[in-house]
Amino acid sequence: MNAPNKSGWKPEMTAAADGMHEGPATATGNRALMLEEPLIFEIGHAETTGVDLPEIAPGGPNRLGGMERRDPIGLPGLSEPETVRHYTRLSRQNYAIDLGLFPLGSCTMKHNPRLNEKVARIPGFADVHPLQPVSTVRGALEVINELAHWLIELTGMHGVAMSPKAGAHGELCGILCIRAALEARGDAREVILVPESAHGTNPATAAFAGYRVENIPANADGRVDLEALKARLGPDVAGVMITNPNTCGLFERDMKAISDAVHAAGGFVYCDGANFNAIVGKVRPGDLGVDAMHINLHKTFSTPHGGGGPGSGPVVLSQALSPYGPLPFTARTADGVVHLVEEENAAEFDHTSAFGRMTAFHGQMGMFTRALAYILSHGADGLAQVAEDAVLNANYILRSLDDLLDAPFGDSGPCMHEALFGDRGFAEGLSTLDLAKSLIDEGYHPMTMYFPLVVHGAMLIEPTETESKAGLDQFIEAFRSVAERARAGDGAMKQAPYYAPRRRLDETQAARKPVLAWQGAKGD
Amino acid sequence: MARYFTEEHEWIDVEGDTATVGITDYAQGQLGDIVFVELPAVGTPVEKGKDAAVVESVKAASDVYAPISGEVTEINDSLDGDPALVNSSPEEDGWFFKLTIADKAQLEGLMDAAAYKSFVDGL
Amino acid sequence: MRYLPLTQADRSAMLDRIGVSSIDDLFVDVPEEARLSGPIGGLPLHAGEMAVERHMQRLSRRNLAAGDAPFFLGAGAYRHHVPASVDHVIQRGEFLTAYTPYQPEIAQGTLQMLFEFQTQVARLYGCAVANASMYDGSTACWEAVAMAGRVTRRKRVVLSGALHPHYAEVVRTMAKFTDDEIADALPSLQGTPDNEGLIARIDDETSCVVVQYPDILGRIPDLGAIAEAAHAKGALLVAVNTEPVALGAIKSPGELGADIVVGEGQAIGVGLQFGGPYLGLFAVRDARHARQMPGRLCGETVDAEGKRGFVLTLSTREQHIRREKATSNICTNSGLCALAFSVHMTLLGEEGLRRLAACNHSLACEAADRLAQIPGVELLNDSFFNEFTLRLGTDARQVVRRLADDGVLAGVSLGRLFPGVDALEDGLLVAVTETTTREDIETLASALQEALA
Repeated sequence: MNAPNKSGWKPEMTAAADGMHEGPATATGNRALMLEEPLIFEIGHAETTGVDLPEIAPGGPNRLGGMERRDPIGLPGLSEPETVRHYTRLSRQNYAIDLGLFPLGSCTMKHNPRLNEKVARIPGFADVHPLQPVSTVRGALEVINELAHWLIELTGMHGVAMSPKAGAHGELCGILCIRAALEARGDAREVILVPESAHGTNPATAAFAGYRVENIPANADGRVDLEALKARLGPDVAGVMITNPNTCGLFERDMKAISDAVHAAGGFVYCDGANFNAIVGKVRPGDLGVDAMHINLHKTFSTPHGGGGPGSGPVVLSQALSPYGPLPFTARTADGVVHLVEEENAAEFDHTSAFGRMTAFHGQMGMFTRALAYILSHGADGLAQVAEDAVLNANYILRSLDDLLDAPFGDSGPCMHEALFGDRGFAEGLSTLDLAKSLIDEGYHPMTMYFPLVVHGAMLIEPTETESKAGLDQFIEAFRSVAERARAGDGAMKQAPYYAPRRRLDETQAARKPVLAWQGAKGD
Repeated sequence: MARYFTEEHEWIDVEGDTATVGITDYAQGQLGDIVFVELPAVGTPVEKGKDAAVVESVKAASDVYAPISGEVTEINDSLDGDPALVNSSPEEDGWFFKLTIADKAQLEGLMDAAAYKSFVDGL
Repeated sequence: MRYLPLTQADRSAMLDRIGVSSIDDLFVDVPEEARLSGPIGGLPLHAGEMAVERHMQRLSRRNLAAGDAPFFLGAGAYRHHVPASVDHVIQRGEFLTAYTPYQPEIAQGTLQMLFEFQTQVARLYGCAVANASMYDGSTACWEAVAMAGRVTRRKRVVLSGALHPHYAEVVRTMAKFTDDEIADALPSLQGTPDNEGLIARIDDETSCVVVQYPDILGRIPDLGAIAEAAHAKGALLVAVNTEPVALGAIKSPGELGADIVVGEGQAIGVGLQFGGPYLGLFAVRDARHARQMPGRLCGETVDAEGKRGFVLTLSTREQHIRREKATSNICTNSGLCALAFSVHMTLLGEEGLRRLAACNHSLACEAADRLAQIPGVELLNDSFFNEFTLRLGTDARQVVRRLADDGVLAGVSLGRLFPGVDALEDGLLVAVTETTTREDIETLASALQEALA
């Protein structure tokens, strides 16, 4: 045997003998790899630049019409190394899918494949102007058409408006199609029915489109009450907005009957496609009578969330609504070919009833290339497996926690892609928020909390299909630990998180005295 | 001076033809830290039971209904800079607005302090 | 399938734990008749990276990339050089794969970046407060119109004829559903924007007047005069900017009196991307209007230990709380594009931005002078920054198509932007940036000369 451990280092030296204790304060405020980072306004200078550009001698040509900007603008610059370091340091204060399970219910935080990033950056896609002559962008149009084709196939619909920039934008597009269709037949209806459990964008969208919003009651098992809905339908109801699977994580069993009833009453069915991941490749909404549905490409089709966007929300439309889809529009002609229709060729494709235009240009091309690469990578078999594994993972979580946490709809059948719990059983004084913040200390991003509103202290967990069983088991262990502490009344949870880059932030102060921009001087 | 209460947790002080409106201590407790109060402009006619003001906490915005109809004659300007007054003194310094009383008959059916207390206890 | 970690053994063990015998038991609530019996029609089975990449490469080769040709397109989307470190930063997984920063303790990276971004945008625009971004310039333009309606409680909107026609169309589309009355016009082909005509259209019912700066023809309108006229009638001035680099050379809309300043931020950091995703910028000159703004706002605060930190704030304006009473139904910002903008702007700094702007303007002046020498070509603009309008005396669409066939991306014809308007059809918008070389200008000049001969 060699001489053991010449260095004298022993593993137990890494932990203080008397257990956890706060270390001494550091001079920098840093804690080893946890680095404090000032604002660019505190470290940059107006005369510093990280880009080498030619200096234009004054006195050259000037056609600015006497509008020269002379006062300091107040934009600090950093050299390239300082810039890279600044943002790298900031990045390390973020949780991300790349770091671990991101169980935000209704948000579908799945792995973002890097192939998709690579293809989106091919110059033939990334470096193309939206108004180039058509002869020079045939490949880009083909990407749109190909993706449109698969979205139509996957949903069993007729046409698709590709331009909406995000889910809520897509919702608006769908509701405006409904309004346009009703107006075209001279039918002024006033009401959109929305379940109480709906995402806040649904009522916001319906109200924007000029509709009065009325709630549809739910039945005891967390689904739309079909009989109550039927009783409310009438000549004033323009349509319903239903999320399926719904925000309680349940499939609306009566969806077809709902659609039939709404259609019989002369209305239209909008389906919020936020939760399409649970059924992609398994169920086509078109077969359930849906007239319009937005698809969040950043959820089901894995385009990155990017810290809050950009999203992309194409809207698939039934035959009845397709004529009203906004420009640019993607529709299928009798020969089965999908075409991109714009203002200049709308007549050629008999698409002259479009309700207008929702955005400049064609929509989120950079997301289309990513989503298409995602669909082609998975293929028909892979997409169905996505839905199955997403549902399997969620049910695994539901049944691994429901002995410890109140699952209000746990007896309503299997959940789909997300598991819903309430705060019943927590000790007095401890809340869902405290559990969420304690989960942060365990190294996880919290689940969606306090949504849907129909469950007190709601916790909505969506693991997605890109988590391994081992990863789920670790998460369940962590979750059980914090749930047990919440039930036992561990008051320390009120101060969590302890180990994040910041402790709980004072949101009251932020809202009472808003500081929305750096207030320092503009010069140095 | 008489004070009345509504089931929507507003209080209303009646003095002659003028009424002062605010939200109750119970209401501020439910809302938590108030961060902003949006008040109607002076001169705005308000209608019993309809939105007259908005009170915001960090994660919630609640409409404050006019307990009776009338025209707004004065608003509490201090709430603009110091919305926390609604938390610290909801039923005095944290009043929202004053209005003329269009129809005194609308006061009937509102609760007095005792009735409101038992209403709140029953929630 | 490379993206799906579960093994068959995992799946069996998990079904056991759940207490069901097959995956179909988890789909029992889906009525039998709604379930697909086989795979989606025509979609092939899963494919490896190499096959997918090959397919996408093949499609991309049917496009002519801007970098592979003399390139002069603008009209709301501009090609600038994006430093390599911008793409490096936005591909860091901690930014790329993060969610909206609703849990601020573990999202300070995104939040601090947004605070810096908001400040950069506010200063660039000469405003007090900017939000954390919108979908794009056109949707931000509509949101500004909607906000002006909330602030003034009026419903009559005056659009300058020289507003980007897509932006005007978005406003017209949305206004149909909100009963706002839109007074619009076509641009007049003059060297100087028709300020008097625009001002004459403002009346006591006007909620806002919307003016693009520089305008769709590249001209630089005198916003100050319009602001004064609008304010005299109690209306707001909404200024729209589609080329932020210009603001490194010309006065900010805020300092000229614009109340709401919106625009497209794509030119800085984001790239062309065939039209999206782009970056909507939104700012207000007066901080007191912040609560009427749409979209996310990041604000400064402190944590429980008194350390500075950032949170999303004033969120009671937003749909997830206000539901049908929200200021907008917007539920997202353009986070990663905002990051790209902010990184690029940080690399530039004030000095870099001013140099970049000067370089664009100087090259644009050279190009305008050179192209105006071609027989039959007339330069319309009295003023411009990096984009100007040429009159060709013939249908510019045909010229653009013909030049494209010869591998020259000549610009955007006004016929493409305003289909069916005969009076505009001989107009060609030409944009010149630091990516344009003198050789490119010469190539365009000779190709144009030949096409017009």
